[in-house]
Amino acid sequence: MVHNTLLKRRLESLKKNWYKFSKNPVSVLGLFFVLAVSFVAIFAPYISPYPMHAGRYVNFVEASETPSLKHLCGTDVFGRDILSRIFFGFRYSLMMGAVVLSLVVVPGVVLGLVAGYYRGTWIDTVIMRVTDVFLAVPPLILALAICSVLTPSVFHAMMAVSLMWWPWYTRLVYGLSSSLRNEFFVQAAEVTGASRSHILFREILPNCVSSIFTKMSLDMGWVILIGSSLSFVGLGAQPPTPDLGTMVADGAKYLPDQWWIAIFPALAIMITVLGFNLIGDGFRDLFALEDI
Amino acid sequence: MSTLKFLGKRLALSIFVLFGLSLLIFTIARVLPGDPVRMALGSRAPQWAVDNMREQMHLNDPLYAQYYYWLSGALHGDLGQSLFTRRAVSTDVKEFLPATLELAIFAGIIMAVFGVLLGAVSGRYSNTWIDNSVRIFSYIGIVTPSFVFAILFMLLFGYVLNVLPTVGRLSPWIHRPPVITGMVSLDALLSGNFAALGDAIRHMILPAVSLALGGMAQEARITRSTISDNLRKDYIASAKGFGVPERLVVLKYLLKPSLIPTVSIFGLDFASLLANAFLVELIFNWPGFSRYGINAMLNKDLNAVSAVVMILGVVFIVVNILVDLLVAWLDPRIRLGAERGK
Repeated sequence: MVHNTLLKRRLESLKKNWYKFSKNPVSVLGLFFVLAVSFVAIFAPYISPYPMHAGRYVNFVEASETPSLKHLCGTDVFGRDILSRIFFGFRYSLMMGAVVLSLVVVPGVVLGLVAGYYRGTWIDTVIMRVTDVFLAVPPLILALAICSVLTPSVFHAMMAVSLMWWPWYTRLVYGLSSSLRNEFFVQAAEVTGASRSHILFREILPNCVSSIFTKMSLDMGWVILIGSSLSFVGLGAQPPTPDLGTMVADGAKYLPDQWWIAIFPALAIMITVLGFNLIGDGFRDLFALEDI
Repeated sequence: MSTLKFLGKRLALSIFVLFGLSLLIFTIARVLPGDPVRMALGSRAPQWAVDNMREQMHLNDPLYAQYYYWLSGALHGDLGQSLFTRRAVSTDVKEFLPATLELAIFAGIIMAVFGVLLGAVSGRYSNTWIDNSVRIFSYIGIVTPSFVFAILFMLLFGYVLNVLPTVGRLSPWIHRPPVITGMVSLDALLSGNFAALGDAIRHMILPAVSLALGGMAQEARITRSTISDNLRKDYIASAKGFGVPERLVVLKYLLKPSLIPTVSIFGLDFASLLANAFLVELIFNWPGFSRYGINAMLNKDLNAVSAVVMILGVVFIVVNILVDLLVAWLDPRIRLGAERGK
């Protein structure tokens, strides 16, 4: 019974938040981009005009054609339809973001919670100094360094970026958790003898969720950008994988005459990143967060 | 806490961070699978050559000994031999670092000046068409990878309009100024060679703007939100009420405190600028440290990769200390508050 009312209250606040979120046309536009990209990515084999062009396919008769009704974004030097390859490319971009975040958020958040709660003790020192080391150099450079010693592949690129991304969550949650632990509700829980894990995960964590969520939405964009940078230099996805960064890099060789080979995949990256950014900004306004 | 004490504390922490970074990069370079010597010599090299080189590089010693050799070498300025260029890494660094610093400083100035300017204007005229155009510009700046900007600029200004050079640091017909700092524009200025100065700056514009736009958008956004918040504060209303001219209110009372968040994120923006230089230098064929770094990575030249990462670590520490000092200068609460707390 108690559980039921709690659920109802949660649903209500969710509804209220959705109402506020949907009143902001910019956020809704972002949501539209993300949904559209996800839809295209999921159903790529069914809605691409030439699904077999995503992989190893060569048709020199139709190579380097300008955009036309038959090939809306033109074809590349192997005669592959660029629009179809972009549709499949969305899969790799979204997968990159989703896999990296799902690997990174839990350890990053737990370390931040613990370090913030034990602020001033050796636990805080150890965790946060290690975090400092990882934050000393931009994640792109360390990810490049890691990818360079491994055989380049989408999988290794994901692992490399994940290895470099958790400290951002640790730092974010550390700041929140080290100030929340002085709040009365946490002290009340301590006085009533609640366990450490109850305090960390049931008292402090719920108050960090909106920040974590907002950061995740913005980070989807950043991770996709970093992933496309890795494949742009050839340390991420390998041909003939239809990765957007790889497609831009390949197309750049044929500029300025065959501009469509590089420009359309570049636009595809921008739309994906823009979508997640707009949603992130919507969350930020919604939860009135400032420093994310 | 005096500034000196603050600096001392930061330096001590920095040494610790660099030590950690050296462990991290050593782990990446040595512990991950793959034989660096085999990679450098190629699969056709005879086994004895590989064995000799492994012995020479102490690769057969236990890991802690390898780390000791590497670290003590690095502390003496010996970063090992590049397996790819076959020269001492420190020689390569001396040759390539100035070009990147020159580009990054130029891009950093563009980023800070225009970021603040755009942000200030759109914050002052918030919710007008100016503000909306700046906002759209910011979104474009944030979501576009800098390598895409680089390609677009190359296409637009290099080929279509043909107004700016897209490759290298100087046109071939320009006499190269004597090497003083290694930064071509600064050398040209110091030696009074203004033709070279103009040419060097023209070469820097496209790569520098490609690098600056992302950070510029972030700075504009942050400046805008602080300015439009601070404009609504009572102290601005009272300054206006006292009849202080608007220009003075904006420049003296509004801008300075509003710059604090902008300056604080400058360190982060500069970091991503230097990271993106890895790609942009490759595109514009800029003979700099980042192009050297990315080539080292592509060729699995581990000594060079470790050196590049360590040196970037040092650069960021210096930049962040400068940023902190600047914030302390801008924000009296930090300075005075810290002194009172003594």
